[in-house]
Amino acid sequence: MSESCLFVIGATHHTAPIGVREKLALGSESGFRQDLAGVSGLTEIAVLNTCNRIEFYGVGVDEGAADAVQAAYCARQRFDPAEFERIRVRLTGRDAALHLFEVASGLDSQLLGENEIFGQVKEAYAAAQSCGTTGAVLNRVFQKAFQAAKHVRTQTGISSGQVSVANVAVELATNIFGSLAGMRILVLGTGEIGEAAARAFRSRGAADLAVAGRRANRAAEVAGALGASTVLFDERDSRLADYDIVVCSTAAPAAVLGRSAIASAMRRRPARPLLLIDMAVPRDVEPEAAGLQNVFLYNLDDLARIAEENRSAREAEIARCRAILAHRADGLWRHVRPRLMAMAHPGPALAQPDPDPAGQAASP
Amino acid sequence: MFADLSDRQWLWCAAGLYTAGLLFGTVSLVRGGRTSGTLIYATILAGYLLQFIGLGIRGRAEGGCPLGNQFEIFQFTAWSAITLYLVVGVTFRSSVLGYFTSCLGAALTLLSLSMPAWDAVRRSHIFGGNPWLEFHASLAIFSYGVFGLLALTAALFLLRHYSLKSKHLGGWFSFLPSIRDLDHIEVRLLGTGVALLTLALVFGAVYWARDTAAVGHVKLAATVAVWVVSFAAFALRAAGRLLARGFAWTCLAIFAAALLSLRSVDESRHPQPAQVQVRSGP
Repeated sequence: MSESCLFVIGATHHTAPIGVREKLALGSESGFRQDLAGVSGLTEIAVLNTCNRIEFYGVGVDEGAADAVQAAYCARQRFDPAEFERIRVRLTGRDAALHLFEVASGLDSQLLGENEIFGQVKEAYAAAQSCGTTGAVLNRVFQKAFQAAKHVRTQTGISSGQVSVANVAVELATNIFGSLAGMRILVLGTGEIGEAAARAFRSRGAADLAVAGRRANRAAEVAGALGASTVLFDERDSRLADYDIVVCSTAAPAAVLGRSAIASAMRRRPARPLLLIDMAVPRDVEPEAAGLQNVFLYNLDDLARIAEENRSAREAEIARCRAILAHRADGLWRHVRPRLMAMAHPGPALAQPDPDPAGQAASP
Repeated sequence: MFADLSDRQWLWCAAGLYTAGLLFGTVSLVRGGRTSGTLIYATILAGYLLQFIGLGIRGRAEGGCPLGNQFEIFQFTAWSAITLYLVVGVTFRSSVLGYFTSCLGAALTLLSLSMPAWDAVRRSHIFGGNPWLEFHASLAIFSYGVFGLLALTAALFLLRHYSLKSKHLGGWFSFLPSIRDLDHIEVRLLGTGVALLTLALVFGAVYWARDTAAVGHVKLAATVAVWVVSFAAFALRAAGRLLARGFAWTCLAIFAAALLSLRSVDESRHPQPAQVQVRSGP
């Protein structure tokens, strides 16, 4: 007796460069769902459409349903089917479920262990549900994928530690201050890297930012973009005690914050830690300041090394995560396969989707 | 079945649960995963309840707070520290603190249980029916429990400080709370410990003023020294003169001094042993 088929078909950043992915991105998921309503033998479908992947998770009466989905997709995108076959990922049965588990866990992401994909998978599932295109099989597979992803994220180090320099700076600040709400941050210099760090701080709840630059007009411009106030560059030493975090990224040829100025500031705030993030080359902060009590000084090399350590630590967890997910996929498959066999006769056709349910736009 | 268990058997069970919490945390950390705060908290809570039963049986037998020998003082100190952890631990939101608390609970209870000599002599009615004296003693030992939790927090602070200064943030260090939070907790715990010990000494002073011969000089000197050091540390911290690592090391020293003073407290007990028992069993 033949059995129904769980499948995934699509293309990801592993095989499709950004230029190709731009052509593959679905402009209107709702329009494509209407195309799929006419595909015979397709009983369930969910579309995962992000900047790094386009994937269709489906259930059909046989593998021909996957071919039909691929044909409908290539036709809508006006994409060469032969080219798509060359770059596609196509898996069935337990391997398709395992793939979804790995995607939701961030194991298949460009930035290993990143969290955003989990939300994107949830959105894709919610969109499919709201269109009525999921059934007993996809519901179970997606629910189990969410459980598996949560498990590996909490029980392994796949998501721990930041892997970009700006986010490492924020991570450092949370290790020192806990919450960033109420922290006062001074950005010395108007370099791009300092601005990126300031944005990362802002995104994590820091509200009180100030910018000081050697060129006042440029400092005002950056401050405006960040929603920050400005401080005169020449007042940096006298104002230092007012801030908890100082991000330095000037192009000055020598240090702009000396040990004595920092020591003087610390005498005015001895119990409050001061985090100095020196992203400038040559360095903006005299290295001797690191020895001061309650002063924590990190330069660009330190941040890069921590980011690299975090990246390596995540990679070291891959094998463990895969083993956990494979075990869970096996368990799921033992439950799902009998259900697919029971569905061997042609099931109900795919529900006609709503014209434009919420959340259909491609994620960034 | 449970009615047949002796007080020491209940206390062994409690020590076993504290040790189990320690092992859960250690296994999680060795495997590289997060320690389960809920699991450790539940294990400590179960151990705490069993310890409460064991100490309660002793308290009923002795007609007062079970502080009749060094074994009981260590058990009560551990129980006090864990009482405070259970009350405030949730707000710390740190499974690592639970891990360290189970470590402290296991260390103090196992140490006291493995020293039969500490429990060989058992005094009953040591407070002579004076509730104020009993309150003084229990409050003083409770403050030592607070110092125990303070020492744990100080140890976490020193680990976090080392990780930040040496620029190693990954692995085990990633589970530590922020250094500012730890510092705030240290200050609050020290303030609480000093307040409780001050209150205990005030009650003790009233009793001592009535009968100065009743309190041994060594005990008096030891407990006052613990109070002076802890109060000085609190005052210096408030004045911004004792900070960061120096403050954390001082907090550890205060708990060490408190533990050392327990021997002199025990030896100066009056009345002298009313009944002597050589305990058997576990």
